[in-house]
Amino acid sequence: MKIAVCVKQVPDSWAEKKMVDGRLDRESVDAVLNDLDEYAIEEVLRLVEPLNEAAGSDAHTVTLLSMGPDRASEAIRKGLSMGAHDAILVSDPALAGSDALATSKVLAKVIADGGFDLVFCGTESTDARMSVIPAMLAERLGWAHLTFAGAVRVDLDGKKVEIDRMTEFGVETMSASLPAVVSVIEKINEPRYPSFKGIMAAKKKTIDTRSLASVGIESSAVGASASWSRVEGAVARPPRDKGVKVEDSGDGGEKLVDFLMEKRLV
Amino acid sequence: MSALILIDHQDGSVAKSGAELAAFGKRIGNVTGVLLVAPGEGDGLVEAASSAEIDSLVIVESSDFKEHGITAMAKALTSLVKDRNPKALLIASSSRGKEIAARVAVATESGIITDAIDIDGDRKTTQSVFGGSFTVSSSVTTPVAIVTIRPSSIDAPSVTSTPSVEKISFSLADSERAVKISKVEPAVKGGRPELTEAKIVVSGGRGTNGDFKPVEALADLLGAAVGASRAATDAGWYPHTHQVGQTGKTVSPQLYVACGISGAIQHRAGMQTSKTIVAINKDAEAPIFDVADFGVVGDLFAVLPQASERLAKRPS
Ligand SMILES: Cc1cc2nc3c(=O)[nH]c(=O)nc-3n(C[C@H](O)[C@H](O)[C@H](O)COP(=O)(O)OP(=O)(O)OC[C@H]3O[C@@H](n4cnc5c(N)ncnc54)[C@H](O)[C@@H]3O)c2cc1C
Ligand SMILES: Nc1ncnc2c1ncn2[C@@H]1O[C@H](COP(=O)(O)O)[C@@H](O)[C@H]1O
Repeated sequence: MKIAVCVKQVPDSWAEKKMVDGRLDRESVDAVLNDLDEYAIEEVLRLVEPLNEAAGSDAHTVTLLSMGPDRASEAIRKGLSMGAHDAILVSDPALAGSDALATSKVLAKVIADGGFDLVFCGTESTDARMSVIPAMLAERLGWAHLTFAGAVRVDLDGKKVEIDRMTEFGVETMSASLPAVVSVIEKINEPRYPSFKGIMAAKKKTIDTRSLASVGIESSAVGASASWSRVEGAVARPPRDKGVKVEDSGDGGEKLVDFLMEKRLV
Repeated sequence: MSALILIDHQDGSVAKSGAELAAFGKRIGNVTGVLLVAPGEGDGLVEAASSAEIDSLVIVESSDFKEHGITAMAKALTSLVKDRNPKALLIASSSRGKEIAARVAVATESGIITDAIDIDGDRKTTQSVFGGSFTVSSSVTTPVAIVTIRPSSIDAPSVTSTPSVEKISFSLADSERAVKISKVEPAVKGGRPELTEAKIVVSGGRGTNGDFKPVEALADLLGAAVGASRAATDAGWYPHTHQVGQTGKTVSPQLYVACGISGAIQHRAGMQTSKTIVAINKDAEAPIFDVADFGVVGDLFAVLPQASERLAKRPS
């Protein structure tokens, strides 16, 4: 079976972010693999590795799929060194400024044409924080929508998947026959660090970089001009006033209440 | 008609966000509330749903919502949007709300904005991004705007409307029934306010060492909701439904009290826009103090009980 994992390169969450002309200035910060996508890669590897080992062949393959600038290949390399087999990167100048709708259009086209029947995603990209791409993929592909999984049980032979959806509303168990789009939350596993062997092996793996034309999408259908939402302005919030810090010398609780009363919070 | 709003409900009660969405929708025009319910469940919700500025109410009845979840909710809303052409569809931001919005946006070819904290009559939205460090204004260019709005972004006026009520039934096509929900364990509702609705949130982290009693005691004296860091929910000390942060809930209360929480960036992502932040931590160097308006460097097991004792004695 061919399984795809959607991964995104994002600015390092620890880095100070700047905005230029209403867009995140991606050049000024280190770019990394979206850490929530590592959980998706790890979960898929845990699923296929034992099966491939038992079969003595790579009967099941894991393909990383990303849309982004050429330098996204650095983040993809990390996923390959964790153990994914190969990768597809859709990179085209016309994609700049694409919104989630355009991104999902491109990813869905590659998935539909690629002969995949299972797609894994993270629940959220740490830069956009929309949590919408997996749902959009399910809608576009007409595949089963199984998202926010805290546990995944896949029966590759029976082509069935069951998840425990874990959200602020509680836990729901749901299942479907493949094809399906699955997104996983950060409680599902502890992603591995790439081993030295993995890093060396990743150097030889292929990243199939595709233009929009080779994906088969018109450039007028994506990018900033085709986006259905527009950022009109961005202002930096003034820095928080420096707070007060007191050492507890037996009256810390009293001082805390004094502060709350002074601020009329109680 | 001008704005459709999705009114969330659970166990026969209507979420506070319904009235908030209505107040936003009113700026755009007439407001139609939508309730997606199991057959027979709608009548009991009409009164509660009318405590909002709505002009009409559409009750969509289907057993598919419980059995097939988000797919069914999105398809039902899609057909309503196509049928009524509102200027905007407003949904409360949550894991579910955002996914429903995403699917409706694709199906109706409409622009989408998530996690707005404000929207004006021209559908221009305000969002707070990167942990509140930037305020962004955006607008949607399509005839329908699909917008999810964070709970508690507005003080909804208390009103009682007498909306016209319409009931319709809905059913998925067989090909759309791919996902089957077999078991539901809803979040346990204690007596405390809901995290995203609360004016005050008291949260505990790894520093509680698993003992949330002092955190809960202070919360109860303040009428607050209780939150937790990921370290605390991963350890099983508090239910994951109470996690605050990037992969938990985003809260923006008047007062946030962080107890034994270091203030990792992923935690701050969910609480940094709180109006006032108070932190109690043994470690004077903990990053939570960088965002705290008032910090006590000390042991939470000494500071919290003392604060609670003082509050309990305060003349009311
Ligand atoms: C992908 C991803 C997503 C994440 N999402 C979230 C999220 O949504 N929410 C979240 O919270 N975290 C999240 N995290 C985890 C985050 O990085 C931190 O690990 C977590 O927030 C730490 O929790 P903590 O502050 O309780 O624990 P620690 O960092 O261990 O801090 C405990 C603090 O308690 C103090 N302390 C100890 N004893 C006492 C005492 N007796 N009195 C007072 N203070 C005491 C210590 O000095 C310390 O500062 C995420 C991480 C990743 C990788
Ligand atoms: N440009 C992209 N390329 C590949 N996958 C993506 C991209 N953007 C988002 N995703 C996937 O969709 C998930 C949710 O992202 P988002 O909806 O942007 O918060 C991520 O965790 C990724 O798995």
